[in-house]
Amino acid sequence: MSGDDDRSDAAERAGDAGDPTPDGGSTHPAESPLAERARPADADAPTTGLSGPRPEERPHPTGRRDEHGVRKEPDQGPEPARRATVSALVEDEPGVLARAAGLFRRRQFNIESLTVGPTTVEGHSRITLVVEETEAGIDQAKKQLAKLTPVIAVGELSGDAVAAELVLLKVRGQEPDKVHAITSMYDGQTLDAGPRTITVQITGDENQIDDAIDAFDQFGIIEMARTGQTALERGDSPTTPGEEPGHSAADTDDDEFTNYDD
Amino acid sequence: MSEPATPGKASADADDEATDADATGRTDTEDETAERRREAATRAPGTGAGAVVAALEAAGVETAFGVQGGAIMPVYDALSASTVDHVTMAHEQGAVHAADAYGIVRGDPGVCLATSGPGATNLVTGIADASMDSDAMLALTGQVPSDMVGSDAFQETDTVGVTAPITKHNFFASDSDDVGRTVGEAFALAGTGRPGPTLVDLPKDVSFGQTDRPVGEPTPPKRSVPTPAADEEQVEAAADAIQRAERPLCLFGGGVIKGDATEEARAFAREFGIPVVTTMPGIGSFPEDDDLCLSWAGMHGTGYANMAITHTDCLIAVGTRFDDRLTGGVDTFAPEAEVVHVDIDPAEISKNVHADYPVIGDAATVIDQLDAAIGYGDAPDPEAWREQCAEWREEYPMDYAIDTDEPVRPEFVVEAFDAATDDDAYVTTGVGQHQMWAAQYWTFREPRTFVSSHGLGTMGYGLPAAIGARIAADDDRQVVSFEGDGSFLMTIQELSVAVREHLDITVVVLNNEYIGMVRQWQDAFFEGNHMASDYDWMPEFDTLAEAFGAKGFRIDDYDDVEDAVEAALAYDGPSVVDAHVDPEANVYPMVASGAANGLFALSEDQL
Repeated sequence: MSGDDDRSDAAERAGDAGDPTPDGGSTHPAESPLAERARPADADAPTTGLSGPRPEERPHPTGRRDEHGVRKEPDQGPEPARRATVSALVEDEPGVLARAAGLFRRRQFNIESLTVGPTTVEGHSRITLVVEETEAGIDQAKKQLAKLTPVIAVGELSGDAVAAELVLLKVRGQEPDKVHAITSMYDGQTLDAGPRTITVQITGDENQIDDAIDAFDQFGIIEMARTGQTALERGDSPTTPGEEPGHSAADTDDDEFTNYDD
Repeated sequence: MSEPATPGKASADADDEATDADATGRTDTEDETAERRREAATRAPGTGAGAVVAALEAAGVETAFGVQGGAIMPVYDALSASTVDHVTMAHEQGAVHAADAYGIVRGDPGVCLATSGPGATNLVTGIADASMDSDAMLALTGQVPSDMVGSDAFQETDTVGVTAPITKHNFFASDSDDVGRTVGEAFALAGTGRPGPTLVDLPKDVSFGQTDRPVGEPTPPKRSVPTPAADEEQVEAAADAIQRAERPLCLFGGGVIKGDATEEARAFAREFGIPVVTTMPGIGSFPEDDDLCLSWAGMHGTGYANMAITHTDCLIAVGTRFDDRLTGGVDTFAPEAEVVHVDIDPAEISKNVHADYPVIGDAATVIDQLDAAIGYGDAPDPEAWREQCAEWREEYPMDYAIDTDEPVRPEFVVEAFDAATDDDAYVTTGVGQHQMWAAQYWTFREPRTFVSSHGLGTMGYGLPAAIGARIAADDDRQVVSFEGDGSFLMTIQELSVAVREHLDITVVVLNNEYIGMVRQWQDAFFEGNHMASDYDWMPEFDTLAEAFGAKGFRIDDYDDVEDAVEAALAYDGPSVVDAHVDPEANVYPMVASGAANGLFALSEDQL
């Protein structure tokens, strides 16, 4: 079957505008498709694959991008990771913590700790996350978190934010005086003391907690529970953008609060 | 449904009143439609299930797709007295894909329903598909009664937990008084800002529970409504970059279509004479027969589109997420380009490719802003660049010769159907080689006419999508579904629905008795070891179609093509063309995974 006289009714009915491009860019010939395509085997068009300059015959720019799609000189090394503390104000609804945690797992963000607790506003909670990521990773983590429907606002805490963590340590009780001395040194509290074990509570920033754990190690730490970091911005700076300190049900005195809405 | 005609359509002898702007075939005037929606929003629904249905009516939902089941029965009972047409599908996966395609064609969220447990889990693939492609969709799932949740009851699955990563947001309904508002909120949220699927899980006691609280207007959460206009500084910076460029290139993604920005996007490219490439989901955002259009870029995009991407010095990307199938290796993607990235979702900015000029906002609004910021005569006409692009188009034609003694080439079948159908016909596809040939060799001119599974790559999408598209589309628009043999077999049961509803769709199976894309990769990268990809066990699809009550046709060689195309398109009802094509045919151009776009292979020896 062949021939230009072979124009189908269907093609006629379609009333094609024909080839609008002078260079054969259209795949919509005015002829019936068969008439258009049926050519002797020595025609230009190949019967397997397509024609055109081979990859090595084409011009190629020398520019490159890094793994984040940033254009750069090829000799630049990979971007270093840094730690960031991210605070998210969220609607206090069932599953919100699972959504945040699931997001970080799914997108493989490297998460050091995650804490959650109520705020002064009825129905709002604060999630505090510590992530260790490249600049682009931190940026993406914040944006993806902000995209979750129950998330009200997301902010990254500055370097001088106040941060604290709590650890409970259960140590062997053979040397109560020494344990007590170290507890005092770290401004801790003794929560439980018995003939065989002593349990203390230490709060502080991450480094203080790490130091305290090292110090108690000499007695033999039997069990440990650590909360992970929670944090707030210093002074008048809101912890998450646009955050207005609100009122818990018990608060009635407006003057205690600064309104950050500028 | 009492009438055999397409659901959601009025019978042909109805009064010819002034109809809705979307010309859906309904004969209600706009005022009547608005009145119906108002009534649904303000009436006392009676039960939770009544509230769910009232919320759908208040949202203007005309059609829902689903499968009945124990936990969703109260909702179905309420649906029976509703203005919402329900299309029973053969499998929940059929329902979710049909709803997805319906939403794509209509531009409003599609709605699907399923029962708890296996019903809900059968929706998962389609919800994930909608999530990857940012398709607006609402899924309603039955759930076991509240007091049994967590007890591993019969047909209980943690649907909210299972679908959390693949929904924009999902809701567990816990109160009959609130459930209607929740459904309205979920529907509105699905279509707000960056679209996506939402889900409401409906415990049976909540559906049965009494309530007289009206559902109100569907309202998205306030925080989820983005500002359409971009920051002026961002716009100015991007406009400056575009004016500086010598080789600017527009990259239009699916977001241009979802944002109804095709008119603005076309005007922008034409005004400044900037060549256009699209992504695969962006197909139809710009007419492919336009001189400025270089078709679509990426793994199987045209050579000329990939050359343009490789050499542009300013990529104006609108509504794209720089998927790996588009970019190839990020290190070599558009290596010369400053990237202007317009998107409604700030999280897409610099996610995969760093945006030198992020512009966050609604596509149509932002394009108008950019247009105004550049101003007349301020941008140099990139004539030499256009000529270069035209040269590439000649150097790398999507051109092939056929030998009529050989097996039929699949590309030829696509072109034959394209030639025989209207310019505004809808094309749906499964996933694989046939999808690529449809995208490459069909000339798309209009948005929403290419309905396909892009990001997730769901085999089996094509037939249920054709059903959804057919029901969503005007009666005078044609619907053609290209399928592979492997894809078609995955959801072939939905043919029974097309027959029952007497839907005029034409299914074209590009049957090469392989899952061909896998076979192509095995030939290129696995020494031709065809492990589990040889599909010589396929049924006779034309005969099988007849068994369903559809019309079957078969193509074995070139002599059969014309008659089969004509007869299948002329048949008023579902027809299946089993086109036995060249089993050795491969999809080219091809950019190997992670390679540079500019190194696309034109044949296997170049991979």
